Amino acid sequence: MGWTITEKILGNHVGKEGVKAGEHIFAKIDLMLANDITFPLSLNLLKELESKVDFKGIQRLTLIADHFTPNKDVRSAENVKLMREFSKKYGVQFYHGGRCGVEHCLLPEEGLVVPGDLIIGADSHTCTYGALGAFSTGVGSTDLAAGIITGKVWLRVPETIKIEYRGKPGKWVYGKDIILMTLKELGEETGIYKALEFTGETISYLDMPQRFTICNMAVEGGAKNGIIQPDKITEDYVSKRAKRNYRIYYSDPDAEYAEIRTYDISHLTPQVAIPHSPLNSVSIFDLPKIEIDQVFIGSCTNGWYEDLLIAANILKGKKVNENVRLIVAPATYKIYLQALKSGILEIFASAGAIISPPTCGPCLGGHMGVLASGEKAVSTTNRNFIGRMGHPQSEVYLANPAVAAASAVLGRIAHPDEVR
Amino acid sequence: MKLKGKAWKVGDHIDTDVIIPAPYLNITDPSRLAEGLFEPIRKNFSKMVKEGDILLAGKNFGCGSSREHAPLAIKASGISCVIAKSFARIFYRNSFNIGLPLIISPSAVDNSDEGDMLEVDLEGGKIRNITKNLEFSFSPFEKFLLEISSEGLINYILKRKNEL
Repeated sequence: MGWTITEKILGNHVGKEGVKAGEHIFAKIDLMLANDITFPLSLNLLKELESKVDFKGIQRLTLIADHFTPNKDVRSAENVKLMREFSKKYGVQFYHGGRCGVEHCLLPEEGLVVPGDLIIGADSHTCTYGALGAFSTGVGSTDLAAGIITGKVWLRVPETIKIEYRGKPGKWVYGKDIILMTLKELGEETGIYKALEFTGETISYLDMPQRFTICNMAVEGGAKNGIIQPDKITEDYVSKRAKRNYRIYYSDPDAEYAEIRTYDISHLTPQVAIPHSPLNSVSIFDLPKIEIDQVFIGSCTNGWYEDLLIAANILKGKKVNENVRLIVAPATYKIYLQALKSGILEIFASAGAIISPPTCGPCLGGHMGVLASGEKAVSTTNRNFIGRMGHPQSEVYLANPAVAAASAVLGRIAHPDEVR
Repeated sequence: MKLKGKAWKVGDHIDTDVIIPAPYLNITDPSRLAEGLFEPIRKNFSKMVKEGDILLAGKNFGCGSSREHAPLAIKASGISCVIAKSFARIFYRNSFNIGLPLIISPSAVDNSDEGDMLEVDLEGGKIRNITKNLEFSFSPFEKFLLEISSEGLINYILKRKNEL
């Protein structure tokens, strides 16, 4: 029996060719990340140990102050100050202020995460980097602190579910729709603790941002990691950016899978996940008329340049509906600058959008776009839990950037073809 | 170790945003985090909880974000353990790492009501509903999980530094 890509990468990090699903391993970490929400809790643990213990993993840590940036209040500012002091003291890479970006877009863009890596991050959407052919999973602040102390992490090797996509995505259908459909099909139990290996001919039609979107939401199905085997598109993306050597792994043809599922996506329509679960997706054609108050285009799911471009093409020469606040947040400053130079930001501003600095803020109801009671939002983000973007009685509908832009113009959840 | 307390009950898919919403995430003091516990669904929850009480939950408890503020808030409120039908993965690790034991027992959840008096034997794998005179078993924890839960992950790894 051969190995899956996940079993090979994990095996390589304990000095073996592969490790079998179910094994417990203590594996070497290539990169760790934490943010302004999760790192302060790690710091509580680390500060008591600084004088007593060697931090073996410290040079593999990257800190990103992206969640409440620009600092929303005194407490958030104090947390970021602690991060800055810690990073200076230990020479840790720290992204903040004008160099900051939403972590899961920033790290690939900076070439800090590469194929074949083992990455842990104190953020659940760390699974995003699986799109590069890396093993990448979210942990809590204590696991992260343990990683900083030992340079390693305890893991149970997950069983893999192979998800094979066939067919070419139609117009207005993107990685976001593919993963929303998949999460609904898998339901709440199937993916728990598993590796989701996304494969099949459809992948070759998807650019890197769409692949990141798919892996980003693997955690919503309860998975430990999502992963896509690298191809030419991956290598083109990585070779321009990688700051470290990388290694490409593929699953063996005789690898063992817990389950194999096949989906034909050639007839897939734009999907919308209705409140209050990302697993609640329906075809946009099956929705009643739903008037909205806010649209958010951004986040680690859909704040890539390519996402902004899709939205801008719909908003060009149009106005945002007078009942709607449209907030656009390029995920990183490089994306911001690219959108500025190409004229996309001017399209958004002319349409009446609010252009936000790169931040996670609105996605988690943190700041910079919070919902009032009874308000409804269309959002390109990954979660629509109760109160996720603000008041417990607000509602969030998850969609792709084209649906989000069309909805902003029409003031209700709308198919992109409805905008003329 | 035996844990004993009154049962509190929540439903399926209680996510980490419901356990502790974003406005509390710039706080690191556990007792202040407890003030926000379950705010979107049960305001002032932690004021009603007594030390040792036990939380019952449905499927997929703790799904969503990796915020360790969630198990910290539960533990700081006085809850001694959580019994659920199933748990989300990151929340599961986080809880043991900070010393909040989690037990999977769908039958205990289905057959117990809020307000019942419960007693849990962590090593023996038994849950007793004293009010209803019922007993439920669960698979006892692997040794390392119990050790992590009682020592906390950081102490656990520091003690075993030379083996790692």
